Amino acid sequence: MDTLSALAHGFSIALTFENLGLALIGCFLGTIIGALPGLGPSNGVAILIPLAFTLGLPATPALILLTSVYYGAMYGGRISSILLNIPGDEPALMTTLDGYPMAKKGMAGEALALSGIASFVGAFFATWGLVFLAPQLVKVALLFGPAEYFALFALAFATLGGIASKNQAKAALAAGLGLGIAMIGVDGQTGVPRFSFGEVHLYDGIDFLVAIVGLFALSEVFIFLEHRGTEKATGDASGVKLGRLTPPMSMLKQTTPTMARSTVLGFLAGVLPGAGASLGSFISYSVEKRLVDKEGTFGTGDPRGVAAPEAGNNAAAGGALVPMLALGVPGSGTTAVLLAMLLALNITPGPLLFTNNPDVVWGLIAALFIGNLMLLVMNIPMVSLFVRVLLVPPRYLMPAVAMISFVGIYGISGSTFDLLVMVLFGVLGWILRKLEVPLVPVILGVLLGNQMEANLRRAMTISDGDWSTLVASPLSIGLWLFAFFGFILPIVGGRFFRPKLPRMASEADPD
Amino acid sequence: MSDRILGGMGLLLAIFFIWQATLIQESFISDPVGPKTFPIIIGVLVAVSSLAILFKPDDEPEWPDFSRLFEVGLTVAVMIAYAYALPVAGFVVSTAVTAGYLSWRLGTPPLKAVIAGVAISVGIYVIFHLVLGLSLARGPWGF
Repeated sequence: MDTLSALAHGFSIALTFENLGLALIGCFLGTIIGALPGLGPSNGVAILIPLAFTLGLPATPALILLTSVYYGAMYGGRISSILLNIPGDEPALMTTLDGYPMAKKGMAGEALALSGIASFVGAFFATWGLVFLAPQLVKVALLFGPAEYFALFALAFATLGGIASKNQAKAALAAGLGLGIAMIGVDGQTGVPRFSFGEVHLYDGIDFLVAIVGLFALSEVFIFLEHRGTEKATGDASGVKLGRLTPPMSMLKQTTPTMARSTVLGFLAGVLPGAGASLGSFISYSVEKRLVDKEGTFGTGDPRGVAAPEAGNNAAAGGALVPMLALGVPGSGTTAVLLAMLLALNITPGPLLFTNNPDVVWGLIAALFIGNLMLLVMNIPMVSLFVRVLLVPPRYLMPAVAMISFVGIYGISGSTFDLLVMVLFGVLGWILRKLEVPLVPVILGVLLGNQMEANLRRAMTISDGDWSTLVASPLSIGLWLFAFFGFILPIVGGRFFRPKLPRMASEADPD
Repeated sequence: MSDRILGGMGLLLAIFFIWQATLIQESFISDPVGPKTFPIIIGVLVAVSSLAILFKPDDEPEWPDFSRLFEVGLTVAVMIAYAYALPVAGFVVSTAVTAGYLSWRLGTPPLKAVIAGVAISVGIYVIFHLVLGLSLARGPWGF
C-alpha cells in the first residue's frame, strides 16, 4: 500500500495550477513535435531541455513538462503516418502499414480515433506498470555496489544497439566515441586535465546538452537540406478528408484483445535495456500479424494493424521510464535525453532518487496519468487542429528548429565556443547517420562516461587494485553475462528480429 | 568504401586517443586505477570496433552529389558565422539573416525567405525574450 499512498502524494504535487499548465503545454507541444516529420521525441525533448533549464524551472515542473512532451510525441507520430504515409517519428513507422490504407479507404477519422484510444490504453497501463515495477527494481538496485554499477553500465552499452541492430561494431564504435568525449576535461578524482590540449574551454568538459542538441536537432536540419526537393522532404495533407472521429463500437470490440496483448509486449520491450518504443511497436505489430491475421488483411487497412503498434509504442514509452528512474540507466534515446535533463538539474536518478526526491518521482508519475488523459482529449476531438499544423512546410519549420536550438544553447552559457561545438556535433551527427552509426550510444556515452569511470575506480579503490573485484558477486556476474549475450545475440540471431523496413527508417530520428 | 574510411578514421582516432591518454600527467596522489586506464580501455574498444568495420563494411550509403555536399558545407559555414555574429550584431539581426538563408536553401523563394527569416527571428524574440524572459544576445541596438 506504500506505493499507492506515495502515488496519492504525487497527485497532490502534480495537481497544482502551474504543473497542470506545464503538462498541458507539454502534451500540446509533444503532439505537434511527434506529428511533424523530422521532429521526433528525442530531438524535440533535446531542444526543449536547454530552454526549460534557462527558464529556471525547478526539477519537478521541468520534468513534468518534458515527459509530457515525450508522451505527447508518442501520440503525435501516428497522425502523419496515417494521413501522409510518412512516419512522424520512428516508432510510428509500423502505423503507416495499416493506417495509411485505412485513410485511403476514407476511414482516416476512424483510424485516428482508434489509434488515439490504443495509444491511451498502452500508455495508461504502462504507467501503472511503472508504478509497481519501479519500486521493485529499486529494491534490487539498492544491493548494487560500484562493481555492479560498472557492470550495469556495460550492460546498457552492450544492449543499446538493440536486438534489431544491424552492425554491432558500429554500435560499439558509437559508444566508444561517446565515452571518449566524456573523458575530455578535468579528471574528477585527481584533478588533472585530460584531452583538453591546453584549451581553457575544454577544462569543464563538453557540455552534454550541447552534444545532444547538435547530434539530434541540427543533424536533422542537414538531412533536410540534403533531401530538399525530393519526396521525403514534403508532405501534403490538404487532400485528406477526416470523416467521422469516433470508431464504431464493433471496431473497438474487435481490437480490444489486440490492444491488451500489444500493451503487455510493448511494456516489456520498453523495460528491457536497449529497446525503445520502435521495438515495442514493431514486436506488437508482428506478433499480432502472426496471431490474428487469418484472412491476410494486415497491410490493407486492418484496424487491428493500427491498434497494435500504437498501443505497443506508447506502452514501451512508459516501460522505458522504469530503468531510467530506478537505475539511472536509460533504455532508449528519449529517456537518455530525459536523463540529461535530470543530470543538468543535479539530480542523480537511481535507487536513491526514490528515497531522496520522492516528490520528483511520484509527482512525475502522477503527471503522466494526468497528461495521458489530456492527450486523449486532445487527440480525438481536437485532432483536426494538429492536422493543420502538418501543413507547415519544412522549409519554414526547419530554420525555426535550428534557431531555437541555438537560442537554447546560447541561453545556458552565452558562449560562442559552445555554439561552435554544437555545429560540430551537428555535422558529426549527420555523417554518423549517413553511415548508419546509431546516435543513442554516443549520447549515452557522453552522459554516463564519467559515472562509469568513477564506479570502476571506486570499486578498484575498495579492492585495492584487484581487478577480480569486478566479477566477485553473483549479481555482477549475472549482469556481465546478460551484457555479453545482449551484445552477441543480434549478431547471431538478429536476422529473425530485425524489422524489414525501408531504408529511410535508418535516417529517421531515434526514439 | 565509406565504411572502410570510417574504420580507418576510427582506428587513427583510437591510436591518437591512446597516445594522448599515456601523456596525461599523473598527480602525486592517485587511486589504484589512475586517470589513464579508463581512457585507454575506451581507446582499445574504439580500435577493435573500427577494425571490425574496416574488414567487414556494410553496403555503401547514398551520398548526395557534390552540389548538395557543397550546400551542406556552406550551411555549416553560415552557422559558424552566426555563432560569431551573435555577440556583435545582436540576436534579432543575425537570426533573421541566418533563418532567412536556411529557409531559402530549403526551397523558399527569395522574397518569402526574407519574410520568413524576419518572422522567425522576431517570433523567437517575442516569445522567448519578451514573454519568457530568456536573455538573448544584445547587439549595438539593444536587441
